[in-house]
Amino acid sequence: MNYNEELIREQRTLLTRRHFFRECGVGLGSIALASLLNNDSAAQSARADNPLAPKKPHHAARAKRVIYLFQAGAPSQLDLFDYKPGLVKYNGQPVPQEFVKGINYAFIKPDAGLYASEFKFRRHGQSGAEMSEALQHLPKAADEITIIRSMITEAINHAPGQIFMNTGSIQFGRPSIGAWVTYGLGSETQDLPAFVVLSSAGGTSGGASNWGCGFLPSLYQGVPFRRTGDPILSLSNPRGVTREMQRRSLDALKAINEHHMDATGDPEIATRINSFEMAYRMQASAPELMDLTKESRETLDMYGATPGKASYANNCLLARRLIERGVRFVQLFHEAWDHHSEVAKGIRSQCRNTDQATTALILDLKQRGLLDDTIVVWGGEFGRTPMVESDPDANRSLGRDHHNKAFSMFVAGGGFKPGQTIGETDEFGFNVVREPVHVHDLHATMLHLLGFDHTKLTYRFQGRDFRLTDVHGTLVEKLLA
Amino acid sequence: MAKKMKLVCCLMLAFAALWLLHERQAANAQAKTVDFARDVEPIFRAHCYECHGPAKASAQLRLDNRQTAMKGGLGGAVILPGKSGESRLTHRVLGHGGEQRMPLGRESLKPEQIETLRKWIDEGAVWPETTAGQAAAATLPKHWAFTAPVRPALPDVKNKTWAKTPIDQFILAEIERQGLSPSPEASKETLLRRLSLDLTGLPPTIREIDAFLADASPTAYEKQVERLLASRHYGERWGRWWLDAARYADTNGFEKDLPRSIWPYRDWVIKAFNQDRPFDQFTIEQLAGDLLPAPTLDQRIATGFLRNSMLNQEGGVDPEQFRVEGLIDRVDAVGKTFLGLTINCAQCHTHKFDPIKQEEYYKFYAFLNSDDEPEIEVPGDEVARKREEILSKAQRIEDELIAQTPDLAQRMVAWEQELRYDDRQWTVLDDSEIFASFGVKFDKLEDGSFIPRGDNSTSNNYKITARTKLRGITGFRIEYQADQNLPRGGPGRAPDGSFYVTEFAAEAVPLDKSAGGVKVAFANATTDFERADFPVKNVIDGNLKTHWSSDAGPGRRNQARKMVFATSEPIGFEGGTLFNFQLIQRFDDTIKPGNVMPNIGRFRISVTTAPQPRADAASATTRRIFNTPAAQRTKEQQRELFRAYRTTVRNWDAANARIDELMKDWPYGPTTMALAPRGLERETRIFRRGDWKRPGEAVKPDTPAMLHPFPAGAPRNRLGLAQWIVDKNNPLTARVTVNRIWQQYFGVGLVTTPEDFGARCERPSHPELLDWLAREFVEKGWSVKQIHRLIVTSAVYRQSSNVPPKLQEADPTNRWLARSPRLRVDSEIIRDLALSVGGVLNLKVGGPPVYPPIPDGVLSLGYGQPMPWPTATGADRYRRAMYTFWKRSVPYPSLLVFDQPNGDFSCARRIRSNTPLQALTTLNDQLFMEAAQNFALRIVKEGEREAGAGDLDKMIYAFRLCTGRKPDAVELQHLMALLTEQAAWFNGRTAAAVYVSSPDLNKIPEDVDLHKIAPWTMVARVLLNMDETITRE
Repeated sequence: MNYNEELIREQRTLLTRRHFFRECGVGLGSIALASLLNNDSAAQSARADNPLAPKKPHHAARAKRVIYLFQAGAPSQLDLFDYKPGLVKYNGQPVPQEFVKGINYAFIKPDAGLYASEFKFRRHGQSGAEMSEALQHLPKAADEITIIRSMITEAINHAPGQIFMNTGSIQFGRPSIGAWVTYGLGSETQDLPAFVVLSSAGGTSGGASNWGCGFLPSLYQGVPFRRTGDPILSLSNPRGVTREMQRRSLDALKAINEHHMDATGDPEIATRINSFEMAYRMQASAPELMDLTKESRETLDMYGATPGKASYANNCLLARRLIERGVRFVQLFHEAWDHHSEVAKGIRSQCRNTDQATTALILDLKQRGLLDDTIVVWGGEFGRTPMVESDPDANRSLGRDHHNKAFSMFVAGGGFKPGQTIGETDEFGFNVVREPVHVHDLHATMLHLLGFDHTKLTYRFQGRDFRLTDVHGTLVEKLLA
Repeated sequence: MAKKMKLVCCLMLAFAALWLLHERQAANAQAKTVDFARDVEPIFRAHCYECHGPAKASAQLRLDNRQTAMKGGLGGAVILPGKSGESRLTHRVLGHGGEQRMPLGRESLKPEQIETLRKWIDEGAVWPETTAGQAAAATLPKHWAFTAPVRPALPDVKNKTWAKTPIDQFILAEIERQGLSPSPEASKETLLRRLSLDLTGLPPTIREIDAFLADASPTAYEKQVERLLASRHYGERWGRWWLDAARYADTNGFEKDLPRSIWPYRDWVIKAFNQDRPFDQFTIEQLAGDLLPAPTLDQRIATGFLRNSMLNQEGGVDPEQFRVEGLIDRVDAVGKTFLGLTINCAQCHTHKFDPIKQEEYYKFYAFLNSDDEPEIEVPGDEVARKREEILSKAQRIEDELIAQTPDLAQRMVAWEQELRYDDRQWTVLDDSEIFASFGVKFDKLEDGSFIPRGDNSTSNNYKITARTKLRGITGFRIEYQADQNLPRGGPGRAPDGSFYVTEFAAEAVPLDKSAGGVKVAFANATTDFERADFPVKNVIDGNLKTHWSSDAGPGRRNQARKMVFATSEPIGFEGGTLFNFQLIQRFDDTIKPGNVMPNIGRFRISVTTAPQPRADAASATTRRIFNTPAAQRTKEQQRELFRAYRTTVRNWDAANARIDELMKDWPYGPTTMALAPRGLERETRIFRRGDWKRPGEAVKPDTPAMLHPFPAGAPRNRLGLAQWIVDKNNPLTARVTVNRIWQQYFGVGLVTTPEDFGARCERPSHPELLDWLAREFVEKGWSVKQIHRLIVTSAVYRQSSNVPPKLQEADPTNRWLARSPRLRVDSEIIRDLALSVGGVLNLKVGGPPVYPPIPDGVLSLGYGQPMPWPTATGADRYRRAMYTFWKRSVPYPSLLVFDQPNGDFSCARRIRSNTPLQALTTLNDQLFMEAAQNFALRIVKEGEREAGAGDLDKMIYAFRLCTGRKPDAVELQHLMALLTEQAAWFNGRTAAAVYVSSPDLNKIPEDVDLHKIAPWTMVARVLLNMDETITRE
């Protein structure tokens, strides 16, 4: 390096450091700027300015991260967790009018007949959790989870229902829970996105808004990984460009950008430089992450995962690998549960696709000591009717329609109290009669475990302080360990 | 909300102290009772209303009227009648409980005033409804933005030579007040690039740069401004800016997210900007173009602004719920875009910060609540010409028939006689409900008809239940009605407006359930339209494989139709009859291959007791003309009658067939979503807590009382609303618009929240400049181009964007504009720049959306089957980014990643992020790589021609293409080193060279040595990724 270059470098360092001591640069880059500057105190101050730097929540957190297994399409709680002898007794009879007065259903007439589950239910574990025989693996984790049989939501159509479950609002345009958590806690990884979305089965009804950032800055939105090819778009170099060539190109680019930063004095260029450097690191870390051949035979078998194959099982295993690498929020979408016809067959088939891996994930996190500070959530956007859906004109029989007044979810880890079932529905499973948990309440409780008072995690937009729980939400004490 | 928790703590901590206070005060209590109007209200007025009144409502607390005062604020109730010791009002004015004493930052209330308040509360906080409390609100100073701007005088400045425009005076005065000084003017290269990007979204060509550099005339810069303002790409750049607020997208949103055709609206916006349509007219046309006298097609297209709302077509949705959601979105879009008002905050309750009552929200909403939603056709010149041709050919054939029929008039009178029909025999069954499969839901209209909304399907069974007291019923009639809310006007739901019926069945049940139901047997079925391959008897033959089709072919299919079913014997029970009808539609291949979802659209069922009922053989159109006295019929109507008549004359089969043959080629143009007034006004009711299922009091259209009055004589509809919005007394529209324009140039608006000019917005950085610009805008005839001209010719705009350390320290957010901002260009420009520099950008303006390459697997994130994406291989591959098909649930990734708003709701302000995913996109995305590959070919071929054979010359040329300027020695050194290295690497590596350098492996360039191109591709990629390239300096 010649004398002149030395001088330029010195000047630049001073300039940017001054900037970061004082002012924020919007963007990811400041973290990596620290390494650029090779200076610890600069690194710290840069971190303080970086919107994705790890942040301290309001109070001591029980959980550091979330894996949300979103069962899109809405699995039937009546065939999985909420056993109703009343339905067996009155199977086939019309619903008593007082239950359905004034209610419109999406597809069926409210006077449809009641429909008992075709599955047998049994109690499992020390907690005696009641589950249907469709779940063959989950009983092994019965004492690790809390079943909530008293979920309530606001929407009965898929897109609004998914949007509501993920953003706390039926209207589009609000940040998703993953975006809120990332906004609140920042990221523990510099080489991977902070909020990753994985998907199996169909595309979701809510689309990109399910993991969107709403009015939050876009760096908080979920990054959907592709099922095949590069998980992250444009991760691979163009054909013919090797990693060395990429490095060499980025070196030239960096040199020119640094030179231009000297000329213009604009610290945003430092952020740009770092975006490119992080991109380069991501190019190495993402393929390593995706490489399931690194997992033991035993682990693969436990999940039912097959390297190289896109599946729910692979996604569960990937979720564990992602959080191990510091990703804050992993959300899996498995859109396959919309059983308007032949619900028993559908449930059986989707349990075959998911039950083993879901169970394996919980037990694997446990055995690795990760379950304690990782929240695992399992559930769909709403539940399904105690009445049968049957319509020969639509070629539908023995199905269930959408139902929002009562459904089941389960949670595990991260400070949730394991080995219990909370909430109760009426004799047919229409309405919650004990310990109702509204979606807002679940959100409030998740945020609480992550260290937030849900009323204080806010973002000012259009003159109003918005929050995930809108003006609702009550902490569900009973869910806490 | 944060305060709530704090309050709880405070209450606990302060309890003891308060209790003591209460005791002491109780001892001092006076005998006299407190009168609210005399004793309390003056205290509130003097000390509280400023922050807790209509102008501000801090902590969402308003003490200026009884209702809100009693309700309390964010922390809950502040007045607990009878309990002054527990009332937060007492705590706060005393400064107890660990929170700041009220009034904040002012002298505290006098002890006797506090005592008065306390006593008033203890006596039950009596607040008579009629006191001055409410009236007081009106006398408070209004929030600045709700008062019409007045043109301010230009401020004095010390530096008398810097200002070029009045704008500069305002900016300079502030710069000087801050102890700063303006930056020098940017270099000519930078200026031209800045100007080109800002006005057209495209970089300048080298010729343009050279011409500007060579132009030493004093008006050289102004000439460029005029050239660019006149460019057809100006409309694209600023049209796209408008489309953010208009929430434009090419799909309907929600789960199904099906494609929609509304791009003619996008093209209308581009055209309007290019023609510099005055902003008041621009506004009126978008909100109410259809309501203008004799609206042009363009004016009707403009109403697409309101139609850009999302549409939920998911199975099983309640259409009314999502119609309401759509209207809520429209109110939001109008509020944000034209008024800078968060009026939507008043949807569930009275606005917490701005003086907008909940009922005022619904009065505003009522303006938008009475519309039909047609998809109007935009035929275009070619379609219009072709139609004209067909019509005139057909007319010539008809003219021949007329000429050879001397007794035509008598024959047609006889024909009309023959078709006499008594419509009064029919009674509409309007005591009815409907249920259909697949969650298809219906609106029931005022005339007893049903119209399906939302989801659609290929097959269905409409089950109608109807009750009647009539006895002796001899027949049923189904009228399939045309309706502008259906595709091409219906009467069916297929994209061409056709439909089919497989089977009609009826069951009669005694209303008193004294007996079981009986299936109704039919004697015959008649209709006014029948195709040989789909006779009407098919619908009562009990066979699910035979159908009747409404499709009369191109140019003729969008007409009302009817069917009559005569019963075998009279029906009707004593005590009334309940009918269960089924309208079965069982799709199969015989219907029309490739036809999608041809279900029945709007229809209604009637009954008759007249003997042997038959369908009126005259079509609805013919009948309407028959109903006009012969003497009053127009030429066109007479021709229309002849058209119907000739088809009934057997002798004319040959001529009719010739015309049928001609009509087969009847062309259709694209459609666009628009608005049209609805015949009957919908009643608007306040929704309690914003819940559409809890309608309250009815309201009439009106605008918020806190703003200027509704223009005298303006109609109480969308047109009146639009006129009110652009009324010269409107304090908001002009300010909001110039602010959003300013924001586009300077990164941040004078008001930082362009969507919210309400009480909670930050004060403008330059309030006087904002008002000056707003007045200028209106007084210069709402010319948007004039505002652009003013801004871009100003000295403030022309400053250098360099950031001297001192200035960075003094004004880190560049609020005082002592320099020009450096801004990463918008998502679309990132891509357009790369393709433009690559020399392949297709500059065609307008037209249907296009499908550039999209990464594999992206579309499968959408619901259901991935939508077809016919990746463009020809000229459309490299169109400007704004034409890329925009799917709301799966936004185009390389645009989304650069913060393109996804169109779910109105966006007045884009965020500018800077992330590694962006870096990956510009480095590795296929399209960006293709840009680099084409750029390399351009450098080598064009560069050699234009700049010289040497690599250094070519490098300078390439650098200029990207940045507008020549590289300095350091930059050149880095780039040349890279080129040399890469050249060495590719030497002998043919495969790598081919991959890296060829945009299309099927068309490998043959006239060049790819070993030499590939290193340039690597350099080109670096050049395109330079910060400076994607930045507007």
